[in-house]
Amino acid sequence: MRIEISTETLYSDFVKKVEAISEQTLISCYQCGKCSAGCPMCFAMDLLPSQIIRLAQLGLEDDIAKANTIWICASCITCSVRCPKGVDLARVMEALRLITSRKNIDQVQIPEIPKETIAQLPQVAMVGGFRKLTA
Amino acid sequence: MSLSYYPGCTLKTKAKNAEDSAIAAMAALGIELVELPRWNCCGTVYSFAGDEELHQLAPVRNLIRVKETGGDRVATICSFCYNTLKRANLLVTSNPEKMHTINTFMEEEIDYEGDVEVVHLLEVLRDDIGWETIAEKVQVPLTGLKVAPYYGCTLLRPQEIAIDDVERPTIMHDLLKALGADVVDFPYATECCGSYQIISNPDYVSQRVWDILSSAMRRKADAIVLSCPLCDANLGQTQKELMQTHSEFKGIPILYFTQLLALALGLDPEICRLELNYVDPRPLLESKELLRQ
Amino acid sequence: MERIGVFVCHCKLMAYMDTGTVVEAISKKPDVVHAAAYEDLCLAPGLEQVKDTIKNEKLDGVLITSCSPVLHQEVLRQAVTAAGLEAHQMQAVDIRSQNGVKENTERAIEAISSALDKLKASLPPVRTKVPITKKVLVIGGGIAGIRASLDIADGGYEVILVERTHSIGGHMIQYSETFPTLDCPQCIETPLMTDTGQHDNITIYAYSEIEEVTGSIGKFKVKIRRKAAYVDWDKCNGCLMCIEKCPPRVLSEYERYLDMPKRQAHRRAIWVPHAQAVPMRPIIDKDHCLYFTKGKCRVCEQACPSKAIDFTQQESFVEIEVGAIVVASGFDLMPKSAIKEYELDKDILEGIEFERILCPAGPTAGKVIRPSDGREPKTVAFISCCGSRDPEHGVPYCSKVCCMYLVKMALLYMHAVHDGQTFIFYIDIRTTGKGYEEFVQRAVTEDNVLYLRGKVSKIFRDGDKIKVWGADTLTGKRIEMAVDLVVLGMAMLPSEGVKELADKLGIATDEHGFMVELHSKLRPMESSVPGIYLAGCCQGPKDIQDTVAQGGGAASKVLALFAQDEVILEEAAVR
Repeated sequence: MRIEISTETLYSDFVKKVEAISEQTLISCYQCGKCSAGCPMCFAMDLLPSQIIRLAQLGLEDDIAKANTIWICASCITCSVRCPKGVDLARVMEALRLITSRKNIDQVQIPEIPKETIAQLPQVAMVGGFRKLTA
Repeated sequence: MSLSYYPGCTLKTKAKNAEDSAIAAMAALGIELVELPRWNCCGTVYSFAGDEELHQLAPVRNLIRVKETGGDRVATICSFCYNTLKRANLLVTSNPEKMHTINTFMEEEIDYEGDVEVVHLLEVLRDDIGWETIAEKVQVPLTGLKVAPYYGCTLLRPQEIAIDDVERPTIMHDLLKALGADVVDFPYATECCGSYQIISNPDYVSQRVWDILSSAMRRKADAIVLSCPLCDANLGQTQKELMQTHSEFKGIPILYFTQLLALALGLDPEICRLELNYVDPRPLLESKELLRQ
Repeated sequence: MERIGVFVCHCKLMAYMDTGTVVEAISKKPDVVHAAAYEDLCLAPGLEQVKDTIKNEKLDGVLITSCSPVLHQEVLRQAVTAAGLEAHQMQAVDIRSQNGVKENTERAIEAISSALDKLKASLPPVRTKVPITKKVLVIGGGIAGIRASLDIADGGYEVILVERTHSIGGHMIQYSETFPTLDCPQCIETPLMTDTGQHDNITIYAYSEIEEVTGSIGKFKVKIRRKAAYVDWDKCNGCLMCIEKCPPRVLSEYERYLDMPKRQAHRRAIWVPHAQAVPMRPIIDKDHCLYFTKGKCRVCEQACPSKAIDFTQQESFVEIEVGAIVVASGFDLMPKSAIKEYELDKDILEGIEFERILCPAGPTAGKVIRPSDGREPKTVAFISCCGSRDPEHGVPYCSKVCCMYLVKMALLYMHAVHDGQTFIFYIDIRTTGKGYEEFVQRAVTEDNVLYLRGKVSKIFRDGDKIKVWGADTLTGKRIEMAVDLVVLGMAMLPSEGVKELADKLGIATDEHGFMVELHSKLRPMESSVPGIYLAGCCQGPKDIQDTVAQGGGAASKVLALFAQDEVILEEAAVR
């Protein structure tokens, strides 16, 4: 599959939005892959975190949307503390999540969570999860 | 001496064992933990977005509560509360414009001016009391108990709020050594357990938990010690299922550092609320003769 | 000065300002009788125009704008003095700036105006002729210092070579084989070491450091501190019988403190670094010597046929006078502990440690075994960019040699362990030297070295194995690998104490401690102080090839200086 890269994709509103919300410069990433190498959740991800930031650099919003990566991220910040270039990838992930969440799209359907689960889980898990995964 | 203390939601419910043992142990060390009046939920997870001051209201409001008591320091026990309060505090103190916005929005409150320090209880133990003093006060040394300190994420990351070295923390190691335990270092000590993904991807969290527990067990740990109630729930609750998928796995107790502190200081084991732990640690502690009345 | 000429250089590079406006503004300044724009003033025709104008207009002051005064000053000055003016009657001024045309033009006028004031105020400099002491001090006995010493000594001048450890040879002599030709330093460097030791024109002060430097080009005074070896090196004949009987076994600096099974890499309290040391003279390590620590033993003293052991020896000082100094103080590797997510473990090595294990002249005689258990490792992972290219946690620069030495060690390992497997984790493979890319391709196709593209995030022991968490960004997969041995390509740093040395010499260092050359491309061997030259890794990471070239280059600078009998020192006059 060929992708289209142009001035429009590189400097698109999407790229600007990601950079504004995350307060990160995407192009600082030089694709060493250390974030992916240390990501605790990437065994469950379609695309590696380093691939997500590469797609974001190129402005390929749809490819990011198709991947589950940003919703599997547990915001543990391991990527950010180890990034040699000081890119706070956890914040980039959050920005990408928010771009979807702010369209009122939820990743967790709260009414569908079984009562036993709610009884079992500590508040910190539920509030944390809802904040990261719902609008 | 007394110290303002922010419990947070989970310590009042699922993690009562952390709170009760902490209050008792600190009292034994001469520090009265005084619960912050009218505290509210901190928001649990810090918002990373650069354009979401709204999410900083909850933590900042708690800091205002500290000011109202005339204090300038607040301690947390829950790692998530620590992280959220500490980061929100850092954000507003390093960003006067955001502080102004938040103050304006909460016009019913007194202005926050960044004049409250947020600390975790482990820091209080290290910096206010000191390992030597703690070691001197130990009545029941945890001799022979092989414990693996598990730090998780929120005490250490990001770098700016870390209570210790981001990659090689020793603060919990040092505490447990002062209590006389056999401290087991293991490579997953700072690895994420999967965190809030428990609500949407519990299977992935199980995989993470198995990696963490088995790593600690390979290094011969009898129990894991932590400070975070979310890690505790993940590491504890998941074990039933893991015992089914891994037939050789017999479970490993997870304890709050506050529980071991209270035990070692010779307090009544009842105060530790060990019956609330997801995996009963009493047989292990009894076998090491640590449950003296 | 009453008749000043201003020459505004206007080549294509200066197109970002309005030269006409500049000339017009300057021509109105008092005492300026000539102001005009010229093309390519730095070239011969331009210089001729300057000379002619000075004569025709009877100028007594000249101001020239140029793009780089550092590079152009000398040639401009020659033209001006050829036209009969004194050097101080000329000022060169840099008017380059990086803004819009309007701002650049304004800034140029400003810069020229202030240079005019400076020109008018200038006095003839005070000149003193200093006879050149035709002796050179070379600091550091690694391959750079050896090359420089030999070239200058062969040119007929006296060399004083000061080395901090007790043998010359530097890091190179520790290596197994060198890329890309795979010749061993024990074969190719030792002849140079011996030659240096025996050369009539070279005096080696080993186990010595620079205490103090004063003076300037032509006549530096240097105080050398000779550390106490507790062995009288003049009496010692190098038989080493003292070492055989010495009881303590100690981890060896030369072996990078490798703790091998059966204490294979240990040394004694009295020791020489290796069998080819130059000079072949032992020192006593006071911290481990039984006599110094417990007050008894003195076995070495009894064993010595030459009565050279001297427990009362004190450090001593030598004062010398030299005309020039070559700094070749070399490098160190960033310590492994700097990368905290990589566990400290006996089977996680840095480059030079593994060089010692691979080296036929090393502690295991080239038998590849693991430090932890003495077993032959069957899988080895090599990790690139450990600390390099990491502005957040390490250093921002590329250390330049790790790509090559890691693949070289992978290949040497494969030659020693035929059923082994190697992996190299990398970000980019940098093979810019002659024969380097071919070397890498050979390692991949003939020696089964597998490259995996991704920076490693975590390394730790897992039972008998070492776990490596990496990624293959080319497939988009995460890698978790269990290997027998890990080798880290740690970043190159300037050698320890470089800042203190630079301060003593009065030369500049950059933010990483590397010594700064006068011009990165055109004057790479000259330091910021005339008469002090740089060679090798003290100036920046480089391989042996470049180091030797720079050593020879620094020597040629010294030889050019020594071809003159005196140097004219100019000092600005004070009104």
